[in-house]
Amino acid sequence: MKKFFDNIFRYKSNKKINGYMVAGSIITGLIILMVIVGLFYMPYDPTKMDSSCKLQGISLKHIMGTDNMGRDVFSRVMYGSRVTLLIAIGTVTMGVVIGSIIGAFTGYYGGMLDEVLMRIIDALFAFPSILLALVFVSLFGTGTYQVIISLGIAFVPSFARIVRSEVLRCRNMDYIESARLQGVPDLRIIFVHIIPNTKDTMIPSILIGFNNAVLAEAGLSYLGIGSQPPYASLGKMLSDAQSYMFTTPSYVLSIGMTIVLMILGFAFLGEGLGKDKRG
Amino acid sequence: MKYIIKKILMMILTLVVVSFCVFLAFSLIPGDPATRKLGTEATPELIMQYREKMGLNDPLLVRYFRWLISFIKGDMGTSYSYSVPVSSMLMNKLPITLTLGIMSFVMMIVISIPLGIYTAKHENGYIDKVIVVINQIIMAVPPFFSGILLTFLFGMIFKLFTPGGFVSYTQDMGAFLKYLILPAISIALPKAAMSTKLLRGSVIAEAEKDYTRTAYSRGNSTTEVLYRHVLKNAMIPVITFMGMALADMIAGSIVIEQVFSIPGISRILLTSISNRDYPVVEAIIMGIAILVIVTNLLVDIIYRIIDPRIETME
Repeated sequence: MKKFFDNIFRYKSNKKINGYMVAGSIITGLIILMVIVGLFYMPYDPTKMDSSCKLQGISLKHIMGTDNMGRDVFSRVMYGSRVTLLIAIGTVTMGVVIGSIIGAFTGYYGGMLDEVLMRIIDALFAFPSILLALVFVSLFGTGTYQVIISLGIAFVPSFARIVRSEVLRCRNMDYIESARLQGVPDLRIIFVHIIPNTKDTMIPSILIGFNNAVLAEAGLSYLGIGSQPPYASLGKMLSDAQSYMFTTPSYVLSIGMTIVLMILGFAFLGEGLGKDKRG
Repeated sequence: MKYIIKKILMMILTLVVVSFCVFLAFSLIPGDPATRKLGTEATPELIMQYREKMGLNDPLLVRYFRWLISFIKGDMGTSYSYSVPVSSMLMNKLPITLTLGIMSFVMMIVISIPLGIYTAKHENGYIDKVIVVINQIIMAVPPFFSGILLTFLFGMIFKLFTPGGFVSYTQDMGAFLKYLILPAISIALPKAAMSTKLLRGSVIAEAEKDYTRTAYSRGNSTTEVLYRHVLKNAMIPVITFMGMALADMIAGSIVIEQVFSIPGISRILLTSISNRDYPVVEAIIMGIAILVIVTNLLVDIIYRIIDPRIETME
């Protein structure tokens, strides 16, 4: 943890402050703080309707205004961010785990299996991920878990490719050779000796993965596919809010800005880490 | 020539693999097309008869080849929900989605190439620094939100745009294209930002290489070095990106058509997904797969033209 902060603020070294890292940490921190606070406290019940205050603008009582059913937008954003973030975490975890396994085995063993799997992965990779997710949603049906699975599968190819190339790079290094000579089993070599060494490449890609997952989830739920109301995620809320754009701009803007900030935070962190490595 | 033929053969192979995967995925879905067609009230005999007639009892591979051959002939099956041929459903919507995709693709190129070259040329200048930050922010704005913002800006404040006022291309070509400008911008913006960033990085990296120094030492001006030497090499990763972006943009138009209520492929795809109208979904997915694979082939051929060394490298 200490190293993390040192990295962000560069107290110990004379290197320039990494602006992307600072901005990314602050934005992502705020979003995560909002979601965590939302677990314990929300200013209003996100599903409680109140016909006396429909479509209000920004005020002290409702800091993001109210929606067409008189619900407090900020409370709904708190809830929606939680849903979006959970789906993003689930998606990326699934993509990373399955992708790493496929990438590690194909990279380590090579051969026919590698050829066939990589052709399929290449074909999948060229496919736009939102479309791939739509295909899987049409196979599995709509809903929060279905969206996680669909997006997760759509994210497998990119992680599989990254891990495979990293494993290929490490496979013939001396320390792996010596582990092999000592009779360490292949599985242990792959998961204990090689995978931890891929972290420099993996962490920025995981952050970019989060960025894409939030984007894809918001897109899918904007289309009405995904977690169903009243517990809507941000994308669905945005499409609801769009109809009231001309009467209450604060409604649509506050939701949209939350999505933008979420993506921006992860993007800045990824960019900052990349910069850090390049020096 | 040998290179191109090899690539075309690879493309056909990929197409076969992809089409088989699509076919397999949609045949594994629970739910019997015969029951769907005849309703749950149908007697088992009737269902058996229908299955026999439609060839649903044949082995998977036989059904696959029958499907593939009729697909190549242009017969994409019949929609479950509307009982009309899928091809006729898609034919008059396809030009809308394609126009939107191509318009945004052209916009991406027109915006990103000059900007990328400019920012690389003036690396660390004020304008460059501002553009780099703006780029990062634009990349984070999802197209559907920038679409909403643009509608708000041009519809509400400048009054130049009527949301929902879509005109079909059969009625008025000019008004049709005019309506598509804002949607195309919102699809193009994040891609243009990414490609600007990529081109900038790639030009800067190429400019540090030895051949650039040699080109300078032979008395070439910056402009000559940039356009005759550096740019050719710097474009290679950008072209890869743009090839992938084209497919992404066509897919991105699915969401954007929804934002601007454009009656393109998107609406058919979404209603077919929720109605489980699989022949329609299958046809659209195959269509986009073909587009993706053919684009990849074109990218490979363009590589070959820009950089003949690629052939010998393989």
